[in-house]
Amino acid sequence: MVDKEEVKRIAKLAMLELEENQIDKFASQFNEILNYMKQINELDLSDCEAAFHITELQNVFREDEVKPSMNRDLILKNAPETDGESFKVPKVIER
Amino acid sequence: MLYKKTLYDLMELVKNREATQREVYDSVLERIHRKEDEINAYVTVFERYDENKNGGIFEGLPVAIKDNMHINGKPTTCSSKILSNFTAVFDATVVKKLRENGATFIGKTNLDEFAMGSSTETSFYGVTKNPWDITRVPGGSSGGSAAAVASGEAIAALGSDTGGSIRQPASLCGVVGLKPTYGRVSRYGLVAFASSLDQIGPITRDVKDAAILMSTICGHDFMDSTSANVSCEDFTKYLNQSVNGMRIGIYEAALKDCDNDVQKAMDESVKILESLGCEVKPIELLHARYAVSDYYIIAPAEASSNLERYDGAKYGFRADEYEDLKDMYIKTRSEGFGDEVKRRIMLGTYVLSSGYYDAYYLKAQKLRSLIKQDFDSVFRDFDCIIMPTTPTEAFKIGEKADNPLQMYLSDIFTIPANLTGIPAISIPNGLSVNGLPLGLQIMADAFREDIIFKVASAFETEFNLKGKLPLD
Repeated sequence: MVDKEEVKRIAKLAMLELEENQIDKFASQFNEILNYMKQINELDLSDCEAAFHITELQNVFREDEVKPSMNRDLILKNAPETDGESFKVPKVIER
Repeated sequence: MLYKKTLYDLMELVKNREATQREVYDSVLERIHRKEDEINAYVTVFERYDENKNGGIFEGLPVAIKDNMHINGKPTTCSSKILSNFTAVFDATVVKKLRENGATFIGKTNLDEFAMGSSTETSFYGVTKNPWDITRVPGGSSGGSAAAVASGEAIAALGSDTGGSIRQPASLCGVVGLKPTYGRVSRYGLVAFASSLDQIGPITRDVKDAAILMSTICGHDFMDSTSANVSCEDFTKYLNQSVNGMRIGIYEAALKDCDNDVQKAMDESVKILESLGCEVKPIELLHARYAVSDYYIIAPAEASSNLERYDGAKYGFRADEYEDLKDMYIKTRSEGFGDEVKRRIMLGTYVLSSGYYDAYYLKAQKLRSLIKQDFDSVFRDFDCIIMPTTPTEAFKIGEKADNPLQMYLSDIFTIPANLTGIPAISIPNGLSVNGLPLGLQIMADAFREDIIFKVASAFETEFNLKGKLPLD
């Protein structure tokens, strides 16, 4: 059972902030969804192997070659704040 | 009326100089201007014609691209506020391949925010309407691509499919939608939603156009480390082949959850396939009924991780007011994401969080291997599997918008192909009593798109919606 406190805890982990009425709505929706998902508890999965990827993926190796990367100016154009060379964010370190 | 023609017909016309690429582009653009207020299939329309001088089989003809794939220099919004000011700085591999083969681009199509939805209702840019009945949803998440192709606002389009997002809207809009095998098409330049499930594919008005697009976009790519090292093929060679003796399994358990119309269309489809010489027999997929549960653990878990990158620091929207760095992240994400995206990020965060990982995520991955085994065992005796693409016709706008679980259940037949990585197509197989299109889903084993094209092409010669699409 997911209660309002649990919804707040998850939101905090996900770096989200919910309005009070949203918390109630999400709690009831999560319960409905998780309740439906209980169907998988009917299955005995103890002997099953987990399929973390479904096709036979192989590790991809390559030489570490120096290649031109993306254009810095173009990338910085998409940034909310820059100093012309780097992304700019609010001060993190306290004095 | 060039916009009404298929990609293939237009390629012939332009090649034989009976029409110019510019005339085709203008015809589609004019159609967009006439229908877009009503349908809202696009987030961005490219009003200015950008000639492609590369030459190639596409002859300069325009393709529409779902707005979660990059076209260099154009906006990529994912239909989200959080990317509403983002401009792509490179071409997605699929876009690059199309460009190299002579294609141009007409616009970026609408989707559910970050492709999370089955109705295109969660878009920050408003709902897309179903061109067959504008009170109904076009499906989703590639609803913009499907509605554009069905209404003549595009000749052909690309979509992406994580749990049915190509096939379900194709079915509800009466067009053809293919989800290729996982890894068959490079996802470099596709904004990630759930990386073990996402795949790009074509949405077109017929099977031949799907084969042409697929032959262009598939193939190995060093830029996508999950890209399969399987060579590209000319899939058009599988069209108009005999399917006599083809062994087809029908998943009958699906039918009891379907509307009567959908069941009837399936009965007719079986008759058509049998008349073509196919052997159709019932099959069991013991764990398929757990697919929705499995998917809504795995996909949100992956999404919660993939969407961590939207923090207001590097690109996209940043909240106006915040106290410090952490508050900037929180305000940006809370104002930038819509409800459904928040719901999925939180669901994913929950199932991965300490104390719940074993109960949900680990179990879901185990169940995924059981579902895969079910399909593997069927493909030992059958060439392909058929079932309806969706349990119902297109539903009304707003009908499921406040009930996430009901919305999730509309993907019950499409999700298994993503969980197992296999290719699956949706092609029209009937009309409901309300005159709305229904879809037949054909699934084959991994990398057996050849079988899908053979069966779909043969079926299409016996049943199609040519002349019935809302193109007038």
